[in-house]
Amino acid sequence: QEPSPDNERALHTSFHQLILEQSSLIEAGLELQERHRVCLATPHACAVAWPEPGQGEEHPSYSSASLQVLASMPSRTIGRSLGAIISQYCNRTARLRRRSSRPPLQQLCRTARPSLHQYDLDTDPTRATLEEKRCLLVKELLSLSPSQCSHMLLTMPLSLAEKRILRRQLSGQEGPLRQRTHHWLPSLFCGWSKVCIVLGCRGLWYRLLSLLRAVQPWHYALKQIGGRFGSSVLSYFLFLKTLLMLNFFSFFILLAFVVVLQALYPPASASPQPFTGLELLTGAGYFSHSLLYYGYYSNVTLNDPCTSSPKGSVCPLAPPLLPYNLPLAYLFSVGVSFLITCVLLVYSVSRSFRESVGSSPGDLAIKVFCAWDFKVIQRRSVKLQCENICTQLKELLVEQRSRSHSQSHCQCLRRCVVVLLAWVLALGSASGCVLALHYCLQHMHMEQQAWGSGRWQQESILLVLPLVVSLFNALMPHLYNLLAMWEKQDSPVTQVYVAVIRNLTLKTMVLILLCYQWLSRSITCSTECWETCVGQDLYRFMMMDFIFTLLDMLFGELIWRLILEKRLKTKQRPEFDIARNVLELIYGQTLTWLGILFAPLLPAVQMLKLLLLFYIKKTSLMRNCQSPSKPWQASRMSTMFITLLCFPSFLGAAAFLSYTIWSVQPSETCGPFRGLETIYESGKRWVLVLEKSNPNITWFTWFYQHLLENTCLLFFMSMALIAMIYFNIQVVRGRQRVICLLQEQIANEGEDKVFLIQKLHSVYEQRHR
Amino acid sequence: GAMGGSASLIPRDLLGEYQELTFLSKQEILLAYKRFSELLPKEERENACSVRVPKSQILTLPELRANPFQHRICHVFSTSETRDDSMSFEDFLDMLSVFSDSATSDIKSHYAFRIFDFDEDGTLDRKDLEQLVNCLTGQGEESRLSSAEMEQLIKNILEESDIDKDGTINLSEFQHVVSRSPDFASSFKIVL
Repeated sequence: QEPSPDNERALHTSFHQLILEQSSLIEAGLELQERHRVCLATPHACAVAWPEPGQGEEHPSYSSASLQVLASMPSRTIGRSLGAIISQYCNRTARLRRRSSRPPLQQLCRTARPSLHQYDLDTDPTRATLEEKRCLLVKELLSLSPSQCSHMLLTMPLSLAEKRILRRQLSGQEGPLRQRTHHWLPSLFCGWSKVCIVLGCRGLWYRLLSLLRAVQPWHYALKQIGGRFGSSVLSYFLFLKTLLMLNFFSFFILLAFVVVLQALYPPASASPQPFTGLELLTGAGYFSHSLLYYGYYSNVTLNDPCTSSPKGSVCPLAPPLLPYNLPLAYLFSVGVSFLITCVLLVYSVSRSFRESVGSSPGDLAIKVFCAWDFKVIQRRSVKLQCENICTQLKELLVEQRSRSHSQSHCQCLRRCVVVLLAWVLALGSASGCVLALHYCLQHMHMEQQAWGSGRWQQESILLVLPLVVSLFNALMPHLYNLLAMWEKQDSPVTQVYVAVIRNLTLKTMVLILLCYQWLSRSITCSTECWETCVGQDLYRFMMMDFIFTLLDMLFGELIWRLILEKRLKTKQRPEFDIARNVLELIYGQTLTWLGILFAPLLPAVQMLKLLLLFYIKKTSLMRNCQSPSKPWQASRMSTMFITLLCFPSFLGAAAFLSYTIWSVQPSETCGPFRGLETIYESGKRWVLVLEKSNPNITWFTWFYQHLLENTCLLFFMSMALIAMIYFNIQVVRGRQRVICLLQEQIANEGEDKVFLIQKLHSVYEQRHR
Repeated sequence: GAMGGSASLIPRDLLGEYQELTFLSKQEILLAYKRFSELLPKEERENACSVRVPKSQILTLPELRANPFQHRICHVFSTSETRDDSMSFEDFLDMLSVFSDSATSDIKSHYAFRIFDFDEDGTLDRKDLEQLVNCLTGQGEESRLSSAEMEQLIKNILEESDIDKDGTINLSEFQHVVSRSPDFASSFKIVL
């Protein structure tokens, strides 16, 4: 029968008895038997493993009997023997069944250690064979619920053949059980049909998942990139895919609820200007009065035939059955798309954090065990990876050796001065760029009057500002790289963080300046619609950004590679700067989010841009670049990038949008919100209309007035959020403390183990004498 | 297309069983079947489910061709009775399942331990670690660590991961170390 944990106490106190018992069995049949299907432990391996604690002398060679005992230790057999794995999972299943809540810490030591009874010396044929262990495991599995059982079976580290045997035994025993339930009471029948429903649902879910996997775009392209460049460069392309998905949702909502309907009921407007090629770049001209911008959208109920009649007169026609209020639809679509983007981003950030919360990056053990990227399959890339790992290990070892030597005061001071100077230069140059932009903007107003009134001149002067901004965005990162080379940071990880912070600061400052300019409406507009102007500006910025990315690829990768190959005749090729490219993607996405309210089709433009970027970047990468030589922690960096996308980028765009909706007055003569005080007022008016038309839904207006408009709710929600964060931090701290305690306990157990082995050896020695 | 054709060669209940017992989706299993049967000579392709492919053939797969752990991988996943490291279709599925996207980190670390355990004694001792580092840094003369560096490296590794101070790293200690690295699950992946 199965031993209960209480019986183990008797075992543990009579260790000596057990050892004597076992050793007599060993001496009876001491030939090392071949284990079925599993390789044998060589005594030599065990002999090397035991350095004497505290003393430097050579360890004594142990007799083969004690080595046998060592080789059968639970901690060693679990790593190699089939029977041990089965027994361990039998234990785990039993534990799963027995516990209802977390066991208290005192009992943890006993339940966590594998039961001594189950791990017998494999040389003894009278102890439990593989078949018996298997039966025990099947019995335990049957007592679990079907979902737990199949999950347990899935996660067992056994071979597929072994799992199929277990499954066959499980279903063989379950069969008659199922038939019997037919005759039982309806309550049990309900239980059985619940099992059926659960299994049916799971089957459906798996089918859905497999369908999703079948429509994975770019699966082969991503595998090619990963196979040649590894996970680091792959993370850029995965980030691009994430952005594409986010844009798709926004685009879809705006398309379905706003754009298509406005296209079906076009407003009567001035005849559009003829189409020339320059519109694709400037977004003005033919595109000014099109679905692309805010100004095109009407402010009335769309399918109402009375809209064209003058105000105040009685409309002879009947009101429409399904009125479609476009201003409301516009406001709500923008709001809902932002909400969905927020939810998706927060979900991605939390998932990344959960996966990537880890230890300090410099641990050598982690480096050695997790360094090999199995995705890399090309021979040359594998060789490169080997060289990289070698270099990184050597660097880490050197760093460790130098860390033990303390730095002199003079060197410390010099380093501090250099770092400070570098930061001052970086921030100073960023501020300089912003000031230059400001001056440029002021200057442009004056220039605009001075230049001719020809259409070409007028439109091309609009491109100056985006050109200057994109130029700064393209050149400043190279300056920061030079600064970093002068600074010579210790670890490459810190270098990446510092570069990211500097670039981000520059881009944020530029965007804040631009937002301020747009909202204060100090830019003169050719039309009366300032929103359309802002939309056009953002469109131009996106186009310029795209063009400069292409130019940067052309010069930075293609031409640089040609120079290196033909002129300098080195084998080196340019490297793909992941951080800079990801920041550019984030910048482009921020522009899109800033412009959604003013240009509803901007997500579509961004999607097109991302699609083109994927293919062009991939081609350039494959032809011109080499694998990165610096270590790159893909997980942690991906988390950082998605956090940057969420916090400064999305939050900033949401703040800008909220300010625009709540406080800025829309233009008088165009757009869906013309004539109102603020855009938000259309929502307020709708609630009033709703209250008047149907007095039964006062709960809605009450909800609106007391919860949404009241700031107390926001205050309470932030307090609740802060409290939850604090609670989680405390839980994590508590867990870390428990881990420390458990590590100490394990160290103590290790000392016990050494003591026992020495005692064992001395027992055998005495025996032989 | 080709996948539709191979779907008829795996019986439906077997396919369902494979889906339940591995972390692979139906498409992945069918793709694996296609690639596996391509390794066989034409006559044997009909009953690919029950044939064993010799190790030399398995190592011609592009995903394993240049991998320094190719021999260990074949050895660990092979269930051949004659210990010649030949793999059946189920062994192949096992391997892909462990290396797939959805495998749990527990199972990945378990098999990683077995792959790194070169002498198969259930622990990673100094010799195993030395061989592991040599595999990682490659076979070239320049990219090997000197013996002093190797000593320092192994000493550091044991200091950081050997909790019970017995001079070796057993499975639980290995799993504990590896669970602290977020990159392990994403780098321990092979996709067909």
